[in-house]
This record gives sequence, structure tokens and C-alpha cells, in this order.
Amino acid sequence: MSGTIFDHSRPGREGLSLPELDVPRTDPAEALGGELLRKDGMGLPEVTESQLMRHYVNISIKNYNIDRGLYPLGSCTMKYNPKLHENLARLPGLSELHPLLPDGQVQGTLQIMYELSDLLCRITGFDACSLQPAAGAQGELTGLLLIRSCLESRGEDHRNQVLMPDSAHGTNPASCSLAGFEVVSVESDQHGMVDVDDLRSKLGDRTAGLMLTNPNTLGIFESKVEEINGLVHDAGGLVYMDGANMNALLGIALPGAMGFDVCHLNLHKTFSTPHGGGGPGSGPVVCNSLLEPFLPQPRVVKNEDGSYGLSRGGSQPVGRLLAFHGNVGVMYKAYAYVLSLGTRGLEEVSRNAILNANYLKARLTEAFDLPFDSGPCMHEFVVSGSRQKKEHGVRTLDMAKRLLDYGYHAPTVYFPLIVSEAMMVEPTETESLESLDGFADALLSIAREAEEKPHLVTDAPVNTPVLRLDEVRAIKELCVTEPPSEAGKAND
Amino acid sequence: MSEIPEDLRFAETHEWVRDDGDGKFTMGITDHAQSEMGEIVMIELPSVGDQFDSGDVVGTLEAVKTAADFYAPLGGKVTEVNESLEDSPEKINQDPYGEGWLVSFESDDGEAVSGLMSAAEYRQHAGD
Repeated sequence: MSGTIFDHSRPGREGLSLPELDVPRTDPAEALGGELLRKDGMGLPEVTESQLMRHYVNISIKNYNIDRGLYPLGSCTMKYNPKLHENLARLPGLSELHPLLPDGQVQGTLQIMYELSDLLCRITGFDACSLQPAAGAQGELTGLLLIRSCLESRGEDHRNQVLMPDSAHGTNPASCSLAGFEVVSVESDQHGMVDVDDLRSKLGDRTAGLMLTNPNTLGIFESKVEEINGLVHDAGGLVYMDGANMNALLGIALPGAMGFDVCHLNLHKTFSTPHGGGGPGSGPVVCNSLLEPFLPQPRVVKNEDGSYGLSRGGSQPVGRLLAFHGNVGVMYKAYAYVLSLGTRGLEEVSRNAILNANYLKARLTEAFDLPFDSGPCMHEFVVSGSRQKKEHGVRTLDMAKRLLDYGYHAPTVYFPLIVSEAMMVEPTETESLESLDGFADALLSIAREAEEKPHLVTDAPVNTPVLRLDEVRAIKELCVTEPPSEAGKAND
Repeated sequence: MSEIPEDLRFAETHEWVRDDGDGKFTMGITDHAQSEMGEIVMIELPSVGDQFDSGDVVGTLEAVKTAADFYAPLGGKVTEVNESLEDSPEKINQDPYGEGWLVSFESDDGEAVSGLMSAAEYRQHAGD
């Protein structure tokens, strides 16, 4: 049951039978030269198929995932994704294509990519799309490179500052640095929104643009977004929207109409590919006609005869961001998702995501402080565990660990950084009323424990496969490889 | 309640400054700040000779769940950094006003130190 796969290894065990050798046996030392052969064995585990199966199934049972229960990780949109879309993406005619096949043999996939680009433009109110970026952060980088190329084409290379609110996702400043910009932080006001006066004071000759997440990381819609974008444009900059929170806007509001110039979408969270699985993501970039000439090539185009192909031109493209055409498997699922929901269905996604978040927020404010109360939230909200910390010495980290004992994944904690003891909750639209109540009951029960029996919370978790992990040591003494076990060495 | 030594001055961004005389100063982060951050696991320090204006980012502290810049409480030039923190950043948690000091600097703006908060003012500011 326990240990690594190497602990199950015994010399001579195997999980498959190869047919008899039907060619003459060759001595590798003779064929390759002895000095090329490795001296020690490969140290691979020798196990039967049933051992292998049980080992990995037992590990997978310990995992918590969206197929088991609610996963309220704020800013991550951990929603249930229909299995139908997985099945469609696995159809052999889609999944077994080689990226270098001639256009004529992959018309179906090219059509899907072309139509998906068009759908994403319509969902965001933009004119053009690149499906190339592999995930959100690469989408951000792409968008910033578009802005830089546009400024350079205007002879404005001196504009090297990108502004962003102090509540921004950590990827935003990282992408800025990677794209060669300097980050300037803008303060939030008492409502948790961009402080427009502070923004105004930081705009100037060196402003390349602004990166804004809307709704922002506090789950609050930036209601002055048009004024903000207007100010940045007047100062000569361009505006990037981080589309991480698009799950709140589908079918309701268009980033293009808010005055943004470019944004990215996370297909692997908003559009039916699981998020956080470590698998391929997809972060398409959509932009207005001003930035279109700079989009990375190739893009899928429709030829005059109605067939589809790949563009090789583009007037002033930024360089390629990824080999081939992006993570196409994720695009199939997004295409299926958008078509199966339709305009009205997409709108319902966002309305239910917002409704669920507001319901949970209303229930949790019974025991937790709201750092910003700007009325209804969007698809997520932030509460603070400051009261529990101050009155009972129980921190948000303790309560998050205690949630694991109750059988729930914890929300995002200690983000955004501008809220002390933050808990950021995003229930998503795919949870039922019963599921939301179950989670609220658990967290309210933990708040009572913090008051009455705080050790239950500060000692948590106790019902999990491992007890509280030493996170400090994990950072300081990072070791991600398993030293070869004795059993593994023995069969070398 | 955190420890706040009476003989130091404090910045709003939770740094302390000690006047070592002759235009020399030493700075660190307060007990309150280290307790808010939790155990510090990494630190980025400036180099000796770096110049800062008051309010500039001097370096970065990283804890398990958060990273925070620390700022120059006065303008000046770095004369020494606490290199032992690179191997043992936990000293900042254990002894924020002693072995956990961050940077020594010289400043010709020494007068400005009186504009920083006193211990009593900082106690109120930190809400302790």
C-alpha cells in the first residue's frame, strides 16, 4: 500500500510478455562499443500489472479532486467539466493527428480552430485571436509583447512602465518583467477597486499600459473600468485585461466594449478543461484591430474557396510563442463547450457562478469579516480570518487545514496580499444548493470550534493521509526525487 | 502583543531604524511584521554600495504564503548587509531587532529619522 513503486519491485517480476525474439541476438557491447554502455543498471521497478494498478489506484484515492467534491479555490475556477467534451476531444479523427500533416488532411481541425477563434472574439468583443499561447501566463506575455510591438511601431520605445493594481495576480508582474517592462503598482481604494487618483498620478510619458483583472481578485467588478481605460489611452498607453475571471462575464459583458485593447482567456478553467491538473492548458489572446498585425503566426485562415489553411504572413508579428499551433486538445473541448451551451447557456454559467458566490458570501459573513463591502460580489469573494486570529489565536491557515478534516478542499488563502488572513472563495456555477450549504456549514462549524475548542483547529488536519506538513522545511530543503530504494538497487 | 523597543524609530511599512551615531544607521523589520509574515524562508538583500532614496525598495522577504518588499526608511548608501540571513533567514523571526537585522547604511539625511514614528506611535499604527 505505502511507499513508492520501487518498494514493490522484486527481481524478475514483469507486467507484460514479449514475443520470442525472431531476429539474431546482438551483443550491445559489440555493436556500440563497450564504453557507451552504462555501468550500473537502470534501476527501473520490476512489478506485475496488478501491483502497478493497485499502487497507482491507491494513490489516486488519496487525491482530492472536483469529481469527488466542491473545490472552492478562489481565482482558479475549479468547476466540473462535462465528460462529453473529453469524449469528443478523444475521437481518433481529432486526437491522432500529427501537427505537420498537410492542411488538406486536417480540414476538420482547422475549421474548429477557425470557428473557435471567431467564437472567442464574439464572447469578448474583440476582432482577432491567436490560439497559440499554452496557458494563461503565456497569454499575458503574448499580450504584453503585442503592446510593446505596437508602441515600437509608433516609435515610442521609451514607454516602458506597466501599471497594475496592488491586488493583481502574481503572474502579472512576472509577465511584465519577462516582456521587458517595469512594474508600477497602483493602490486599491476603500472599496477594493483601483484608486483612480493614484492611477492618474502614476500615468505619464513612460506609461506603456495597464494590466487589469476584471472582476478583480477580490471578486469585485471594477465599475470605473471605462474611465480607467480612457485615462490610460489618453496618456498614450494600451490596456490589457487579465481574463482569469472571465467566468463572471460570459454572455453578460464584453471586455472589448469596456475599452480594453487585448485580453487572454484560460480555456483550461473557464471553457471545459480541468484547471490545475498539470496537464496542457490553453491561453488564447484576443485583441482589437489595432494590435492584430502583431499577433504571432501562423493563424488559421479561411481561403477564398471555403477551405481552411495556416497564414504564413502577418505584417509585423511578434515571434512564435509555441511550437506548432497551441494545445489543440484543449481547443476541441472549448469549442464543444461553447456550442453545447450557446449564448444563453454561457450567460447562465456566469449568472449562476455569481449567484452561488453571493449566497455563500451571505452565509459566511455570519462568522467572518468582509475586508471590502462593495455590495454584491461577482463569481468569487474574499473574507478575512482576522477576527479568529485576534480573538482566539486561530489563523486562516489553521482553518484551511481543518476544512480538510471536514472533507473539503480549502479555499485560496493569503491571497490577494492586500487582505490579511485572506480566504478567497470561488464556488463556481456547477455546485448545487445542498453542496454550497454543506461547505458553509463546515466553515461556520470551524469558526465555532475556533471559539470554543481552538486546539481542534490549530492541530488540524487529523483525518487526512498525512498530518500537517512542515511547509517551511519543504521550501528550504526541497527534494523532489526519491532516492533509489534497496529493492530497486538489488535488481540492477 | 509584539515587542517594540523604545530606543528605535519606525516606518509605516514596518521597518525599524537604529541610529548608530556618526550618520550611520541599522534597519530591520519589526516583531509585528515578522509575526504577520510567518516564518521567513528566503531573503534578497541589496549590495554594499547601493544607493537608495527614502521609500525605495531595498530588498525582498519571502515567507511560505507571501513575499514582501522592505523599504528604505531614510535615503542613504548601504555599508553592510546581514549575509548570515541568506543561510538562516529564520533569525528575522527569532530575533528581529538583534541577529535578524537586515542592512546598515550611512545617510546624510539623518535629521529625517526624527520624522519616523516613535515606539508609542508605532504601537498604535500596528494595532497591537
